[in-house]
Amino acid sequence: MVQQKTISGRLFDACNYIFLALLAVVTLYPMIYVLFASVSNPTLFKMHQFVVLWKPLGFQLDTYRLVFKNPMITRGFFNTLFYMTAGTTISMLLSFLGAYALSRKGYSLKRFFTFLIMFTMYFSGGLVPTFLWIMDMGMIDTVWAILLPNALSTYNMIVMRTAFDAVPASLEESAKIDGANDFVILFRIMLPLCIPTIAVVGLYYAVGRWNEWFNAVIYLRTRTLFPLQLILREILITGSAESMAASAAAGSAEEMTAVRELLKYAAIIVTTVPVLFIYPFIQKYFVQGMMIGAVKE
Amino acid sequence: MEARLEHRFSKKTASSRVARGFRKLRKDIVKYRYIYLMLVPVLAYYIIFCYIPIYGIQIAFKNFAPGLGIADSPWAGLTHFKSFFAGPYFLRTFVNTLLISLYSIIFSFPSSIILALLLNEVNNKYFKRTVQTVSYLPHFISTVVVCGIIREFTASNGLIGGIVEAFGGTPRTLLLDPGMFRPIYIISEIWQGIGWGSIIYLAALSGIDPTLYDAAVVDGAGRFRRMLHITLPGILPTIVIMLILRLGSIMGVGWEKIILLYNESIYSTADVISSYVYRKGLLEQNYSYSAAVGLFNSVINFALVVFANTFSRRISGTSLW
Repeated sequence: MVQQKTISGRLFDACNYIFLALLAVVTLYPMIYVLFASVSNPTLFKMHQFVVLWKPLGFQLDTYRLVFKNPMITRGFFNTLFYMTAGTTISMLLSFLGAYALSRKGYSLKRFFTFLIMFTMYFSGGLVPTFLWIMDMGMIDTVWAILLPNALSTYNMIVMRTAFDAVPASLEESAKIDGANDFVILFRIMLPLCIPTIAVVGLYYAVGRWNEWFNAVIYLRTRTLFPLQLILREILITGSAESMAASAAAGSAEEMTAVRELLKYAAIIVTTVPVLFIYPFIQKYFVQGMMIGAVKE
Repeated sequence: MEARLEHRFSKKTASSRVARGFRKLRKDIVKYRYIYLMLVPVLAYYIIFCYIPIYGIQIAFKNFAPGLGIADSPWAGLTHFKSFFAGPYFLRTFVNTLLISLYSIIFSFPSSIILALLLNEVNNKYFKRTVQTVSYLPHFISTVVVCGIIREFTASNGLIGGIVEAFGGTPRTLLLDPGMFRPIYIISEIWQGIGWGSIIYLAALSGIDPTLYDAAVVDGAGRFRRMLHITLPGILPTIVIMLILRLGSIMGVGWEKIILLYNESIYSTADVISSYVYRKGLLEQNYSYSAAVGLFNSVINFALVVFANTFSRRISGTSLW
């Protein structure tokens, strides 16, 4: 196709490119600002903080040193790492089983179970009844209250089921003739064939775990169990002295108030960067995963 | 005599039908035993973490006493619902929920569509991919971080305060101003979701037959006419479905972002039903009352989703179930 370039067409192109480039900059800028602020010199930053930052003001890494020296943050980091790995493993296993069972045909309770599962997407017990039940089971202040209540996302399971549905039935039939049972078919045929979807669902679960904070707020009491996001919430939002003091143990009081302000920025970078690291590797599967989820069976 | 016989006869067939059903089910379970085995942990999860809490909703109609437990607490009828509807919080949280949703539908919902349309006009593959990658990024940043950044930026000594001062204004903490909460909420929502939301429209755009564009060019249609007469109609079904589904969740404003951003001085605009449920239930431990408010909200949500789904199926043939 030969496209004629009219003047108005060129003008539109130019405006479009400029607009989208600006949009990308505006989207990225908050994170860049936080990054610049986190390595800026506290005194310079305090003097100039009314100004839009185009580069770090001075340079120091004391804020990061303080973040990593803060026992609450390091503890939170390892707790989150545990919640993420253990939680994602549980979630993925349950999703595999549920998605496979829902993608099979022929068994007589399928419709009933499908209804039972889908119904929970649109109606739930709600905050308080769930909380009371978790309390009733004695899960409060244990890691189980973090790992189990949100282990399965029905949406993610449906995404996975749709991928399993797309695997040709002939593969399964020939495996059955060779004596494979459903577990073998699931783990030896379905999973290797659906790697892109599994990667996307795994990412959803892992990022969800990494970013989760609300369940920890309501179910955890012991500070040594707190995930990183909860510590971050104290530093950023409730301004709890306890988490800050742990970092500010060293140095003069005046210097510390300045550093404390920047410590927030360093803490944001430290909690966000790990997620942004895995993101490019899985990015190419996004569209695929999203589309599968959007299509009705 | 004859009637009695017939009665006995039909009773017998009914019971034998049930027995046959059970026999069939047993055979089915044996035949598909591995599938049923796989479903055991999955169903256990749904029963324990979804259906037992649904059973626990009954505390909305009771006066929950921690010592007595859910089942043994005394019934209270509709007391909690009545006091919610009669109290000052009902109107405020209801209106706030509705308004935040409405603004989100007006401003945030179309933003993804516009982004997708503009990206579609970009010919440079690398530029397009870069913009897309950048625009997805905020979706993965945690709510705590997003709200932390918002608070820093909108503080009187923050970035926005600095810009205001550069233009001769007096900087103030924006989150203490009830009039600023909704704009802050919606703008940050657009920042978080514009790229992620555009994925589904970009996928719909890629499904449009390219020969339509060729034909339009031959007919002398310019850029804008092609956009108006081919691109937009091409993604209209997707837009309609997404809009209907969005309307279905109009009462479902989540509490996470709200409770991280609000404070007492802006409750008048920021407090929504879900954040009120959280505050009453978990902070003030007013369990039964809070469960009643929560139930009111989830019943409306459920009704709206069912309605939206039926409507969507009627007009576009697409639905969630």
